[in-house]
Amino acid sequence: MSRIGVVTFPGSLDDVDTVRAVRLVGAEPVALWHGDADLRSVDAVILPGGFSYGDYLRAGAIARFAPVMGEVVAAAGRGLPLLGICNGFQVLCEAGLLPGALTRNESLHFVCRDQPLRVDNPDTVWTSRYARDAEIVIPLKHMEGCYVADADTLRRLSGEGRVVFRYLGNPNGSRDDIAGVTDATGRIVGLMPHPEHAVDPLTGPGTDGLGMFQSVLDHLVAA
Amino acid sequence: MARVVVDVMPKPEILDPQGQAVANALPRLGFTGITEVRQGKRFELEVDDSVDDATLARIADGLLANPVIEQWTVRRVAE
Repeated sequence: MSRIGVVTFPGSLDDVDTVRAVRLVGAEPVALWHGDADLRSVDAVILPGGFSYGDYLRAGAIARFAPVMGEVVAAAGRGLPLLGICNGFQVLCEAGLLPGALTRNESLHFVCRDQPLRVDNPDTVWTSRYARDAEIVIPLKHMEGCYVADADTLRRLSGEGRVVFRYLGNPNGSRDDIAGVTDATGRIVGLMPHPEHAVDPLTGPGTDGLGMFQSVLDHLVAA
Repeated sequence: MARVVVDVMPKPEILDPQGQAVANALPRLGFTGITEVRQGKRFELEVDDSVDDATLARIADGLLANPVIEQWTVRRVAE
């Protein structure tokens, strides 16, 4: 059975929901601890949402140096699929695994809503279950979700199809409505919305988030 | 021992909504003539003589600031 690791940092909030989402699609969730430099032979890793290390300094800035992150970065370099959700996305940007940065929402307000998104890139390891340009609804909740990068980087991301999701109705001021991006290989993806909160109609707006977890499982089973 | 001050500021091209909010509040308090406010961070480090300028630059660039969105200056100040 495919093993998908979910890292818990001090201050992580959504690790348990993420573990549940992994289990729902039929993979084996593996709890990883920030202080352990050991990935326990997992086949993919998810960095969940929350406020790691209290978001001190900058969101994700301290988590990037956690012992587990050394292993995560090394494994990602060898092709391990890696997903960062919300705070996890912030960590991936701080670690330099994804371009750009997440800054304070342009409104200066915390936003929490069910957010319509468009799937711009269904060719990543994490989005193959979606149709191109599919419109999905995924909850989001964050204070530092405004995606910024220099003009060259933004041009390159759009030109190379590396914008994975765009907001339909920009909630936070993100440049080019960017909600999620991928690295050049399509194995490392980060997004601000929370697919793990959209896996069960009882507890979310629908099940549009399941596709991300099913996508990586398809990839792992086929590998 | 020396005190080192590291100032971290958002790059000019990066939107600074916090600075804008402060700027917008000033006229409401009766202060006029302030055309722009940018908000950053100041760090004060107490360092011993073994810490050279190159190390301080690595600290500023690698942790205290995110060079994607921020610029920094390091200066040693008198005690």
